[in-house]
Amino acid sequence: MTIPLFSRRVALLGGAGLLAAPAIVRAQGAPAAPAGAAGQVIDINRARTDPIPIALPDFAGSSPAAQQLGQNITRVISNNLKNSGLFRPVDRAAFIQSPEAAAATPRFQDWRVVGAQALVTGRAEPQGDRSRIEFRLWEVNSEQQLQGTAYTANAANWRQIAHVISDVIYERMLGEKGYFDTRIVYVAESGPRDRRNRRLAIMDQDGENNRFLTDGNFQALSPRFHPNARQIAFMSYANNNPRVFLFNLDSGRQEVLGNFQGMTLSPRFSPDGRNVVLSSTRGGDANIFVVDLASRRERQLTSGGGLDVSPCYSPDGTQIVFNSDRGGDQQLYIMDANGGGARRISFGNGRYATPVWSPRGDLIAFTRMGGGRFAIGVMRPDGSGERILSEGWSMESPSFAPNGRVLTFYRESQARDSRGGGYSSRLSMIDIAGFNERQVITPTDASEPNWSPLLSS
Amino acid sequence: MNTKLLGALAAAALLSACASEDNSAATTGAGAGSGASSNMAGSVRPGSQEDLVANVGDRVFFALDRSTVAADQRPVLDRQAAWLAQYPQVQVTLEGHADERGTREYNLALGQRRANSARDVLVAQGVSGSRLSTISYGKDRPAALGSNEEAWAQNRRAVTVVR
Repeated sequence: MTIPLFSRRVALLGGAGLLAAPAIVRAQGAPAAPAGAAGQVIDINRARTDPIPIALPDFAGSSPAAQQLGQNITRVISNNLKNSGLFRPVDRAAFIQSPEAAAATPRFQDWRVVGAQALVTGRAEPQGDRSRIEFRLWEVNSEQQLQGTAYTANAANWRQIAHVISDVIYERMLGEKGYFDTRIVYVAESGPRDRRNRRLAIMDQDGENNRFLTDGNFQALSPRFHPNARQIAFMSYANNNPRVFLFNLDSGRQEVLGNFQGMTLSPRFSPDGRNVVLSSTRGGDANIFVVDLASRRERQLTSGGGLDVSPCYSPDGTQIVFNSDRGGDQQLYIMDANGGGARRISFGNGRYATPVWSPRGDLIAFTRMGGGRFAIGVMRPDGSGERILSEGWSMESPSFAPNGRVLTFYRESQARDSRGGGYSSRLSMIDIAGFNERQVITPTDASEPNWSPLLSS
Repeated sequence: MNTKLLGALAAAALLSACASEDNSAATTGAGAGSGASSNMAGSVRPGSQEDLVANVGDRVFFALDRSTVAADQRPVLDRQAAWLAQYPQVQVTLEGHADERGTREYNLALGQRRANSARDVLVAQGVSGSRLSTISYGKDRPAALGSNEEAWAQNRRAVTVVR
């Protein structure tokens, strides 16, 4: 599988309905009139009480097929924005101006009346095996165009275009990057719990395009994206020898990583993609090692008593947070990336596990267990400012969206009886302020979600 | 705690009985000179998993978050060592497990440490390490499927499996 790239991305300049001479713009896309041009940079930590009302009339099209494509794309964008909790799509039944007319020239009075603060218009045109999609983002009150871009891409990639447009809207309205053009890799679980089949699966962030990566002949756990999103590190029970493997998403090739005696587990790539940090049970305890991917040389970072697992790099690559029971029970520790200077950072009530560093660097998310409950929370890297975001019977394994604003994790329900009836394992998303938790629909039970970086930006 | 543990053992014995019924392919008549025990010796092949389960005990249990073999569990491993001495051709895998009240990755490491603990006792009893391998399944292969203390006590275990 290759990550589809746009053949062309064109900036649409000028006012309503006037397409400026298309200029081919490279990766940056359209030029940046700052979102503040319309006076709007929303404080994301406060916005949930007041999501931005946004009108998304279906993208227009000159044929039934084009209109269907336009409608499909608009629905994906609307769903993304709504699920973020930061936007409130205006009920389309209230629209006054027709989508076709709005795509030509928005009549802003009509959109003010329905309460829209922002308006997204666009056109979709299938062109053989390609599609041309253009969209404009308008600030209704100021009647200004904040963004106008046309994309030409393989027709099969229309969903990705919708995600890219969603990210542009998010960034222009909120002043920071979005997270919609991303995928999630996870463990798909099926069968009775004592003989569970566990396969790797991958899907778009919104749950679409689900597919299985491994065939279930061996158990697969703990998938983690490489920073280029083309490779996954995971734990495989192939040949009843549980070890960390690499999975190449382009070729489907799997290979064992390193030459460790005993089990290796809990892999994570370094932010530069050159190393994998993991835990090895060589010698009785579990210790943290780093494997250089070019030379395949391994280096031991921790030693001594205790189980050290679940290492994760800081986004600048200089530090590693991990989980250890060296002090008696499971707590979080931070050490230098070369293994020195480990210090404990978790001091609340209970045991702490599965730390992950936010891509923004400002927070560490974790699982906390105590009082018969599990919780997902965040704290600053110095251990201060702990906040619990969600709590329940069982939940673990948080993973940040690339903008650090949303976490995905998995929740398990309590079995009702001695045969495990009522047990389930499902994926959730929640924003880091603790609002807007929702289940991610997957075809089977699921665990250990891991969020990719932005795919095309 | 003691009563709960006994309950767990009793339930485990019931489960094993079912398992041996399912797999009761082999009978070797009166042979069975195992001597380990006599009650089921006629119905299972000596040196088999069924023999181990029925006449020796295939598993030991651990306290919460612990991986040392408690004194009350040692006799099971002592009997396993004697049984392995009796069948020197038998090789076994020690499977370490954890209950569901922990995170997956930590429990994988904990299960491995439990399997290692059981192996170390067998080695100390004179079983050659070359006959013993270990693997951990963490919390991912529970023996008891309930979400309660009794189930968790059954799941914090190291199981000896004939290869």
